[in-house]
Amino acid sequence: MANFNLKINGKTHTVDVEDDTPLLWVLRDHLGLLGTKFSCGIAQCGACTVHLNGNSTFSCVTPVSSVGNSEVVTIEGLSEDGDHPVQKAWAEVDVAQCGYCQAGQIMNAAAFLNENSNPTMEEIDNAMNRNICRCGTYHKIREAVALAAKSN
Amino acid sequence: MSTLTKSSRRDFLKIAGTSAGGLFIGFNWFSCDSPKVEVLSTEEILSQAKSFNSYLSISPTGDVVIYSPNPELGQNIKTSFPMVVAEELEADWEKVRVVQANLDPAKYDRQLTGGSGAMPHSWERLRKAGATAKFVLVAAAAKTWNVPASEIKVEKGIISHAGSGKKGHFGEFVSEASTMTAPEEVTLKDKKDFKIIGTPVKNVDFKEMYTGKPIYGLDFYREGMLHAMIQRAPFGMKIKSVDDSAARGVTGVKDVITFGTSVAVVGTSTWPLMKAKKLIRIEYEPEGAVENSTDHDRIFKELLATGKAEVKRENGDVAAAFKNAAQVVSAEYQCPFLAHSPMEPENFFAHVQGDKAELIGPTQTPDRARQETATLLGIPPENVTVEITRLGGGFGRRLRADYVVEAVEVSRAMNAPVKVTWSREDELTGGAYRPAVRYRFEAALDATGNMVGYKLRGVGMNAGNCTRENNFPAGAVENVLIESIEHKSTITTNAWRAPITNFLAYAEQSFLDEVALAAKKDPVQFRLELLQKAKNSPVGGELGYDVDRMIGVVKTAAEKSNWGKNPDVKQGFSVYFSHRSYVAQVADIVMEGGSPVLKKVTAVTDCGMVVNPTGANHQVRGGIVDGMGHAMYGNLTFENGVPKQKNFDSYRLIRMKEVPDIDVHYVDSGFDPTGLGEPALPPTGGAIANAIFAATGRRLRSQPFIEQKEFSDIKLEIRRG
Repeated sequence: MANFNLKINGKTHTVDVEDDTPLLWVLRDHLGLLGTKFSCGIAQCGACTVHLNGNSTFSCVTPVSSVGNSEVVTIEGLSEDGDHPVQKAWAEVDVAQCGYCQAGQIMNAAAFLNENSNPTMEEIDNAMNRNICRCGTYHKIREAVALAAKSN
Repeated sequence: MSTLTKSSRRDFLKIAGTSAGGLFIGFNWFSCDSPKVEVLSTEEILSQAKSFNSYLSISPTGDVVIYSPNPELGQNIKTSFPMVVAEELEADWEKVRVVQANLDPAKYDRQLTGGSGAMPHSWERLRKAGATAKFVLVAAAAKTWNVPASEIKVEKGIISHAGSGKKGHFGEFVSEASTMTAPEEVTLKDKKDFKIIGTPVKNVDFKEMYTGKPIYGLDFYREGMLHAMIQRAPFGMKIKSVDDSAARGVTGVKDVITFGTSVAVVGTSTWPLMKAKKLIRIEYEPEGAVENSTDHDRIFKELLATGKAEVKRENGDVAAAFKNAAQVVSAEYQCPFLAHSPMEPENFFAHVQGDKAELIGPTQTPDRARQETATLLGIPPENVTVEITRLGGGFGRRLRADYVVEAVEVSRAMNAPVKVTWSREDELTGGAYRPAVRYRFEAALDATGNMVGYKLRGVGMNAGNCTRENNFPAGAVENVLIESIEHKSTITTNAWRAPITNFLAYAEQSFLDEVALAAKKDPVQFRLELLQKAKNSPVGGELGYDVDRMIGVVKTAAEKSNWGKNPDVKQGFSVYFSHRSYVAQVADIVMEGGSPVLKKVTAVTDCGMVVNPTGANHQVRGGIVDGMGHAMYGNLTFENGVPKQKNFDSYRLIRMKEVPDIDVHYVDSGFDPTGLGEPALPPTGGAIANAIFAATGRRLRSQPFIEQKEFSDIKLEIRRG
């Protein structure tokens, strides 16, 4: 066990956990930040996506010991009131079915649009291909990312 | 104003009137320049509200709370049920709050999610719940104003009387109305007057979902709760010995307990348990058949040849029809096992205290969870409470209560509140799968290409009946024999979205394509001729489907897809009736660089009246994507009772880049609404396989498509057009 000081959503949190504990479980079990979801645990589905220094990151395979001084942003910290352009586009398009993967989808889309504010549909498809939606809301996700890009 | 809470949100708007000192507030996310105002929480509304019936409470502030009893797993029932209640109530949707009801058999019938049955079951009940509440509110207003109830109008939560100019909102009449007896019978609205039903209404949980609120079962935490993860035995095996010494040495592990064929590691957080679980040394021994996928292939062939079949339907003289046939077509179709793989792995919270148990989590069958818990603990079912969280998908997996009962086992053993969490590996290897099945079809054609004989013989696993004997083309063929053979497998199997028909439809619709080709008929025309026969002179008793409705979707799909009009687009047709709804689909394939590329699927659905177009489109598109993904990639194979595919790196699910355009249409047949969670899935595989044949001359009779030898030399792709 060791103490880690983590910068998450603009605040510093101290946790006492094993070095190999994935950031996902630090967020969920130790900090009560439950918006970041567990699904595959092996960086295949993207439900656990957070931002590390602005980059889309699979928190399920990110050991807490590797986070260091990186700025972590989770779905809870993406915007103060849920009004990030991507969240607004998701609401406007009414993307979700079960909704479980959507926080990860939103985080991935937000990081992607930050890098590429005027993407082609093909670029959207490529970027969002790392997140699985078992309900098959892909058409709506594509539409919402395009809308967020347009409205930003 | 003491009950109002201060909100930090900056974009509430529409302060809509005050009476009992309350504010009426609608919520709009996108109006960021509105002033800060205050809003009542749902709990505060409920603390003042009067209950009108199981579905509905209204507060003196005019806020309406509608309870949604059925588990929500993405089928959008939590939005569509309240829409129906609100419609008949004439409520203002902006003032409706929706609350997930807990399990309450005294208040609700059929509080489960399965079989696409919720809407047809509850349609009348929900309408009556809204209409009877409106009736007593109007009666209360009539009494208060001393005017005839027949002269009162209700619109968007406002009750008015034109003659006297009197007007008030629901809340003003709540006290009076809630003391009145609701009528047994009440007049329901004419469908043409619907204002909410038929309009695109947003998912009621959208804010929670898009801001990461803890609304799923896996998000449930309670102070002092223990976590547990479980190693389950291979199918057909039992535990011989357990060495848990290494697992117990992991920091954070409190205990390791064995029950039945399972070993649970229990601790204070999840990650140590994931590590500890891998360190348990368990020796197993067979207690039944330990099966491999190669065994299944052999069993299917043996049983198809010599197995004892149950005759499900027999019309005419089948032997004579085949003996006298000008041409006989036959083919066999087989599919693999599939896992449900909902994005939220199985999990449940249980707290056993003496002769009581508290259960919280994602379940499609809360009453089954309660009953099985009561049986395990030997306590009355009334002593078990079930709180239903939002479900991160289900697809049939959460119809079972195995993962609930094991949480109860661990809670009892630890004498503590416990949440059991499954890993993805647990989910894929400890499933209750869509079982493999094999079908043999035979068709007898006369000299003019009419199908005069039809035989289907299927071997299922734990399926009971692996056929749907009263479904099309039954009724359309003079001589029919449909037989089902059962193999009892030790591998646990269960309903998987559109049970049986998720593969039977593919096999049947592909086979009919083969028959149409042999008969030298256009596949659409061939089906329409059969349907016309079923309409004019139906063969043999009960038909499970409405011929006119099926003809309706077939014709509309041919029209909307420009069937056969573009020689560069190779098309496949499929139509299927399941779960009370009719769906026809056309798949469009274009050859690119020698490879068939699936570009588009056109779907035409008759589910009666569409309650929420957004939700309906979701279910149709989602069902097609699901059917397409599993037909293309889905494959779970067994070795010594354990699946070889243990996570999404080897068990492939469809992704963004592999989804074609999907064009969705509906036929308005004037019927009451039927469910849509399943019916769009069954036709998809057949439409795609038939289009692949049209494009390449290669007939796919097994799934998954990409692993078939027919595509060992060319690539099969799906891409947006």
